[in-house]
This record gives sequence, structure tokens and C-alpha cells, in this order.
Amino acid sequence: MTNAHPTLRTGAVPARSVRTGRRSRARAGRAPWEEPPTVVGQAAKGITLTGVLAVVIVPLWIITLTSFSTPGAVNRAGGLVIWPDGLSTEAYRQMLGDGTVRTALMVSLGITLVGTLVSMVVSVLCAYGLSRSRSLGHRTILSLLIVTMFVSGGLIPSFLVVTGLGGYGQWWSLILPSAVSVFNILVLRSFYSTTSSDLIDAARIDGAGDWRILWSVVLPTSRAVTAVIALFYAVGYWNSFFNVMLYLPTDAQKWPLQYVLLTYVNRGNGLPGSVNSGFGSTHAQTAPLSLQMAVVVLTLVPLLLVYPFMQKHFRAGVLTGAIKG
Amino acid sequence: MSAARSERGGTGKSLTWRTRLRRDKSLLLMTVPAVVLLLVFNYAPLFGLVTAFQYYDPLDGVRNSEWAGLAQFQQLFNDPLFWGALKNTLWLSLVQLVLFFPVPIALALLLNTVLSERLRNFIQSVVYLPHFFSWVLAITIFQQMLGGAGVLNHFLRQHDMQPWDITTNPHTFALLITSQAVWKEAGWGIIVFLAALAAINTDLYEAAAADGAGRWRRMWHITLPGLRGVIVLMLVLRLGNALSVGFEQFLIQREAVGHETADVLDTFSFYYGIANGNYSFGAAAGLFKSVISLLLIWGANKLAHVFGEDGLYRK
Repeated sequence: MTNAHPTLRTGAVPARSVRTGRRSRARAGRAPWEEPPTVVGQAAKGITLTGVLAVVIVPLWIITLTSFSTPGAVNRAGGLVIWPDGLSTEAYRQMLGDGTVRTALMVSLGITLVGTLVSMVVSVLCAYGLSRSRSLGHRTILSLLIVTMFVSGGLIPSFLVVTGLGGYGQWWSLILPSAVSVFNILVLRSFYSTTSSDLIDAARIDGAGDWRILWSVVLPTSRAVTAVIALFYAVGYWNSFFNVMLYLPTDAQKWPLQYVLLTYVNRGNGLPGSVNSGFGSTHAQTAPLSLQMAVVVLTLVPLLLVYPFMQKHFRAGVLTGAIKG
Repeated sequence: MSAARSERGGTGKSLTWRTRLRRDKSLLLMTVPAVVLLLVFNYAPLFGLVTAFQYYDPLDGVRNSEWAGLAQFQQLFNDPLFWGALKNTLWLSLVQLVLFFPVPIALALLLNTVLSERLRNFIQSVVYLPHFFSWVLAITIFQQMLGGAGVLNHFLRQHDMQPWDITTNPHTFALLITSQAVWKEAGWGIIVFLAALAAINTDLYEAAAADGAGRWRRMWHITLPGLRGVIVLMLVLRLGNALSVGFEQFLIQREAVGHETADVLDTFSFYYGIANGNYSFGAAAGLFKSVISLLLIWGANKLAHVFGEDGLYRK
């Protein structure tokens, strides 16, 4: 994919590279041979695209606004708040004052940080280890990896392996079984193998070993893809809830945020162990809507914080691994 | 290739195995953690599949459990719940193929006609976003918007119209699942198509326009053929995964629509295998799914080759 650049019309071509993930088709405007747009066509396009944007943005707006609304505003709206009416941060104060949500936030952050670190160390090492052509055994190991993308033992055998190793109720059962994504390793590997051989040769002549080359030559020249892969891993850990259901279903003190969201907001159950808050466990009553929406927003915030820095590199992470394999 | 050769000092054949091992031992060492994790959590479960042929008892373990032969499969194929789950899976797969698959292609084509680079980038950032949401979050958002107490029904009730709750209606469940999948993943799905579009030689368009081909004819004769390879690849992947219609979506929404509608093959192993401790039965269901899936991937690939495309791998 990377080396199949077609010659584009403008001549200023090679800027469009998968490596930077930037899409510079350098179109200054409509080409002279293109027909002028029809009014109907333009209108239809505008309406469709606005609709597409609205479908994503409007729900997020409504949920965020409701989480910042006073109980009065929620009452007047009869549910979710669409126009700002009365704003307050009460829901957030209440939420962060609640032991269960605070614990869940810490658990989620902890799993995400530790998990991403483990995954990245393992993946980066493996990807570099397999990226030098003609190294001993790399084809065999590569096939070993790729086979797992097509053949799996399925849910029950994996469950039996993890519980057999004593993973039931343990933190590591949320991290280690899913720590390696072969797809991500393939993406990293394909980037590492395109790192200039001249640079690597030069480093080798200077006496650098493979560890040194990985750390001081390969990693610094592939920061973008490393960051994207780290984001993919982090999102995976942050979003996961099924492994909690499998391995830690009863221990509410170990629940991450997604599981709390599922229990309280989605299923509307009370939380065990949070007595003095709006989550009112004793009567299993549903929490106030603004508080529920605050939990929703809380699961979104970390993502929205890193998203703007990452999004221009996505293409790099998605295209390479699959196609160059 | 020549650069790589210089880097690793000569072709492999000219060096002895020992020399190569000494030279590459750090590289091999680097792959150890990943290989160990895969062996434990991906390969060991493969051997764990023997439980499908046993009456597995956690107290006896895999080694000492009694052998069942094909009894678990017999029970499986006599279980109406299993056939229900299989039927649901195939139906959902079909609905997704028809209603989901074309959406990213259409969206990519549409986006490709937007001239302003900034606007294009903005739209892309917005439509990629839901891909990073968890299913819990996405489904919560759907509930809040379309559920019984959600924005839509509140509006309908205020205007004296019949409320319409898609989130608990078993008859429209396939539609609900597919629209959630479209909302969450269709935007992300355009990336591959945009890349393929960007790789089409624009000279072709100019030449076609000079020959009098209009906008739609250019799309039909240049754009779509340019996308053919990647569309076939995506179709092969989709068909190969026909038995995987999603997992967490069904797990979360099963209570709302009932198990007759929401059970699919993936959740079947969970509910009838793990949740009630009938491990061997669940493993048999899982093995059945894996085997059929492998056949599907192989078959879909063959199909791609028939159409002269690469598919997952070259012929």
C-alpha cells in the first residue's frame, strides 16, 4: 500500500504518505474539466452530511447538557435536557463524592495504564524482533502469531485456562489474556521494517546492538504509529467490561467504570456499597438522571482528551498492518 | 532487499545456524514475552477444546474428566435453543450485510466529493469518534435517545403521538442491532475506502471527462472499479465472519428483548456453558462455530479468487 503511490494530477505527490497519515490530495478546488455542481446535488449533499454529523454530535450534546443541568431543569424538560435551562455541577460533585464511582474510576485508570504499558512493551519488542528480514526464525514466529488471528479455542477453553491459572477474582485476568493483539504487532512491525536500513547500518557500525537500535533509532523515528497503537490498546482496556463479567462479577470494589455504567445507568440498578449518595443502594432506587449522565460523560472524558492529538494518525494504524501484513 | 541483506550480513544460507543464532539472539529474546502470552492464552485454549469431547468437571480437570465422545454435540444438535441462536446469528448477519456493508462505501464516496480539506477532516474526526466508545456507552446513548423514556418518545408523547420503543421490541431487534453497529462502526469503516479512493489516478477522470463521460458515468466506470479490490476484501472478511455478529451488544440487551431474540452463537457458549457451569456443552458450541467459521473464511477466499481478486491471501 505504501509504495504504490499513483502519480496524482498536481505533481506535488509524495506528500501523501501513510506514514504521517496525512491525506494531502492537494486539491486546490474543482478541476477545470469537472461540471459545475447542480443546486439540488449540493443541497442533498449538505443535508446528508449535516445529518451524519448530527447523529453523532446531538446525542453527546444532550447527554453532556443533562449532566450539567439542575434537577429543576431536568424536571421541566421531563427527561433529558436539550436546551440549556439551569446549569449546575452538582451531579459531578455528587458523583465524585460517591465511593463506588471514585473507586471504579481509579480501577479503570489503573487497568488502562498498566495494561497499555504491558501491551506496548510486549508488542514493541515483538514487532521489532520480527522486523529484521533474514533474522533467524522470524518466519516461524510470524506464522505462530498469524495463526491466532484465524483459529481460536473460543470462550470456554480460554475461561478454563485463565481460571485454571488462578485468575478468577485477580486483576491480571483483566489484562494478560488480552495483552497481545497480533494485528497491532503486525502494524508496528511493518513500520519498523521500513525504517531506513542506512540508519540502522550506521548505528550497527557504531557498535549498537539490537536493543540499542530499537530504543535510539527505530522508536524515535516511528513515534506516530507507536502513539496510535498505544491509543488502540488503551481504548480497548478502558472499554472492556466482559472480562469483568467473567472473572470479577461479584466483587463490586474491583469494578471498572464501564461495569458501573452498565449496572447503574443501563440497567438502572442500585449500587451495593454506596449508601450515602444518589446511587442509593439500600432501596435499589435509580439515580437521578443528571447523575447518570455524569457517569456517561466521565467514561467519555479521557477519550476526548487524547482524541484530538491522535486522530490525524489513524490512517497509519489502520491501513498498514492489514494490507502489508 | 539488497539493503536488508547488507544489514544482516549476507544471505542466510551462507551462514551457519549457530552464527545466525548468536547474531539474532536479542531479536529472538524480544519476541519471547509475546510468544509466551500467545502460547498460554491462545494456544493452550486450543488444546482445551478437548473438553468438548468430555463431561468436563472442574474438580477433575481436563486430564481426569470422563470422555463423552460426541455426546455433547448430539445434545447440542438436539437443542432447540441452539438452533434458535444459529438462526438469529444468520439472520442478523444477513441484515448487517445488506444494511451495514454499503454505508461506509457510500459515506466514503460522498466525503470524497467534499472539496474543502478542512471540512473533510472535520467530518472524518466526528464520524470516527463513536468507534472508540464502548458498547456499554453506545447502547446507553441509544437508550437515552430512542428508549421508552428517551428523547424521541418524550417528543412523540408531547405531540400526542404513539410512543415507539425500538429498544425493547423483539421484532425490530435486528434493525436496532444494525443501526447501533452503523452508528458506532460505519464511520470508522470509511478509512479503507478513502485510502482506495485516494489511490485512483485522477488522470483517468480527466480523460473520461474529455471523452464526454458525466459525473455518474465516471463514478461507474472509474471510481467503482478502483474500489473493487478493497470492496471484495471487505466482503470476504464479512462473509468469513458471518457467524460473528457481535457479542457485547447481545450481552447488554438480552434482558430487554428476551433470549429467544437476543441469543446468538457467541453468547450461547456464555449463557449455556459458563453461566450454568455446563462447560463441555458450551465448548462444543464454540468448537462448532470455530470450525464453520474457518470453512467460511476459506470458502469466501476461494470466491474472491474466482472473481480474480486477492482476497485475504494471494492464490
